[in-house]
Amino acid sequence: MAQTVFEPWNDPDQEPLIQFRNVTKRFGDFTAIDNLSLDIFEREFFALLGPSGCGKTTMMRMLAGFEGVSEGAIYLSGKDIAPVPPNKRAVNMMFQSYALFPHLSVWDNIAFGLKRDRLPKKAIGDRVSEMLQLTRLEKFAHRKPHQISGGQRQRVALARSLAKAPKLLLLDEPLGALDKKLRQDTQFELMDIQEKTGTTFVIVTHDQEEAMTVASRVAVMDEGRLIQVDTPAQIYESPNSLYVADFIGDVNIIEGHAKKSGDGYDITFAEGQPVLHAKTSRDLGSAGKCYLAIRPEKVTVSAEKPEGRTNLVKGTILDIAYLGNLSTYHVKLASGQIIKAQTANTRRIARRDLTWEDEVWLSWTETAAVVLEV
Amino acid sequence: MRRLVLIAVPYLWLLTLFLIPFLIVLKISLSDTALSIPPYTPTLDLGAGWTGVKEFFAGLDFENFWFLTTDELYWKAYLSSLQIAFLSTIMTLIVGYPIAYGMAQAPDEWRPTLMLLVILPFWTSFLIRVYAWMGILSREGLLNQFLLWTGVIDAPVKILNTDTAVYIGIVYTYLPFMVLPIYATLEKLDESLLEAAEDLGCSRASAFWLVTVPLSKSGIIAGCFLVFIPALGEFVIPSLLGGSQTLMIGKVLWEEFFNNRDWPIASAVAVVLLLILIVPIILFQRNEQKQREAEG
Ligand SMILES: Nc1ncnc2c1ncn2[C@@H]1O[C@H](COP(=O)(O)OP(=O)(O)OP(=O)(O)O)[C@@H](O)[C@H]1O
Ligand SMILES: [Mg+2]
Repeated sequence: MAQTVFEPWNDPDQEPLIQFRNVTKRFGDFTAIDNLSLDIFEREFFALLGPSGCGKTTMMRMLAGFEGVSEGAIYLSGKDIAPVPPNKRAVNMMFQSYALFPHLSVWDNIAFGLKRDRLPKKAIGDRVSEMLQLTRLEKFAHRKPHQISGGQRQRVALARSLAKAPKLLLLDEPLGALDKKLRQDTQFELMDIQEKTGTTFVIVTHDQEEAMTVASRVAVMDEGRLIQVDTPAQIYESPNSLYVADFIGDVNIIEGHAKKSGDGYDITFAEGQPVLHAKTSRDLGSAGKCYLAIRPEKVTVSAEKPEGRTNLVKGTILDIAYLGNLSTYHVKLASGQIIKAQTANTRRIARRDLTWEDEVWLSWTETAAVVLEV
Repeated sequence: MRRLVLIAVPYLWLLTLFLIPFLIVLKISLSDTALSIPPYTPTLDLGAGWTGVKEFFAGLDFENFWFLTTDELYWKAYLSSLQIAFLSTIMTLIVGYPIAYGMAQAPDEWRPTLMLLVILPFWTSFLIRVYAWMGILSREGLLNQFLLWTGVIDAPVKILNTDTAVYIGIVYTYLPFMVLPIYATLEKLDESLLEAAEDLGCSRASAFWLVTVPLSKSGIIAGCFLVFIPALGEFVIPSLLGGSQTLMIGKVLWEEFFNNRDWPIASAVAVVLLLILIVPIILFQRNEQKQREAEG
């Protein structure tokens, strides 16, 4: 049986769970969200990524019902949510500041939403235990929020928002205060929960790796606008702008001059350097200034000149950053550019042959680099 | 050493301003009335040496405390004071909480002004303000005129010199003591807690009862004690606004002291009043301490 890929955004018959239609949000004369349109589908794990102050929390707050829209409308399951108060929305939010009730124990914090639904005592108890177990807080059930650590508080906030198993869950930096191990575990937990319950997640994160791991789609925001909304792979492999390329992951940016040539562009970037070639279906117009973005791990470093490579430049090693499983070489070209190249360390350090000041050749394939408009 | 000095300062303070006066009053309460100056015996005669001290202690007894139990006036006055203080504390809370809540909800730039308005009455003498209330509450006073004008009543009613006037006076006088501590806790309240409550399915009203009220509990308790404790021994308000039937221990104390010139009995009344007050004062301290701990 063929596994159908989960790509509702490519299916014109799918009705989105959430629709932002030309939403603008102003605080006084400051525009926090600027004419933004976005569809989020049921069962998605949607990540919002962007620099501080770009409006991520504001979008969440509009979905949860704490902020109205200044212009435009937001639809949840096809209905305009403007008139629905927060307590009547099938949406739960995990606050960036956690917003735990200081007068209630961890247990009561998690049970708070369940009690409002007037569930039987037994059901509440079971659900709270389940949540405590999930977030590994069993031992702290009877402590007050001020008696636990920052990371534990964050988990209480997460457990509290998960407890009601809402249709839409908004997580505002849910894992920021956790250590790497616990964060990864929790990420998988979240994906697991999502698979089991079919909840739609919208998650804000500063951690791109996290966005890449958990998200079905990622939206990169800047100053209240969406720059690119795509799958993590697409965002990483073919960013649509210098901003996105630079924001996600490590990247070499080469500024140059593009000229149409065959199935792509020829790029001249410095005197005395060879012409580079990049395949692309994108149309930059006939010629002009452009940026070339190349991920360090797509650049091959070699001591001897490799044969038959389209993109080949020569330089000297300026610096080597040893990251355990990877090494990053900072290579300076004769024209002054510094290009980073990353290789996997399959051999022990002592036996590696490249070192500082060595002359090396850098090469990459025609499809490795992305041509971006200025 | 530094620690010791730091601890010693408040204790010295307590000793000179509380313990020594208290011991003097306690001593008088154990003495007998006399037609002399001061109006009690025995007095300590250190010139007589050791025998003088022995005589002095031999002259002390609990007669006056015994006397308090024999005359029902006293325990009735205590009970009635407790009742008046308790009820007026509740009333002050009912009036004060909405005021504090309103202040905390007001825009930031308004808050200093509102705060000023709450403490403004302290800028005039307490006595003058109570006299002003006599003018308002009297048969020809503003309140009666207003009620007549609105048609609620057709003949002036007696308000001044009743218990009602005492309650009005106490609520009015001690309102700032209720409003300020409650306001202090409400002002600190994190808005996002209410949002979280609503997000989890609370209506505005239930978020108020489940979040706002519990989180302002320490302010409520502090305010209630700050009203209850002085109201219990209140003397000016019942004597000026209350009637002859208004029984409050503060008034009894005053009469024993100045009308009867019976210092020992008056002192005994004061000592018992203090013993009664110790319970709420300790509870109040506990509350303050618990709050400090909760704030870490
Ligand atoms: N109530 C408000 N009044 C005025 N300006 C506001 C208000 N709330 C948010 N803003 C502004 O709107 C912008 C977006 O804020 P928002 O909280 O959405 O940022 P964010 O993307 O969540 O940032 P961070 O990653 O730091 O949490 C910011 O510039 C912020 O100063
Ligand atoms: Mg934010």
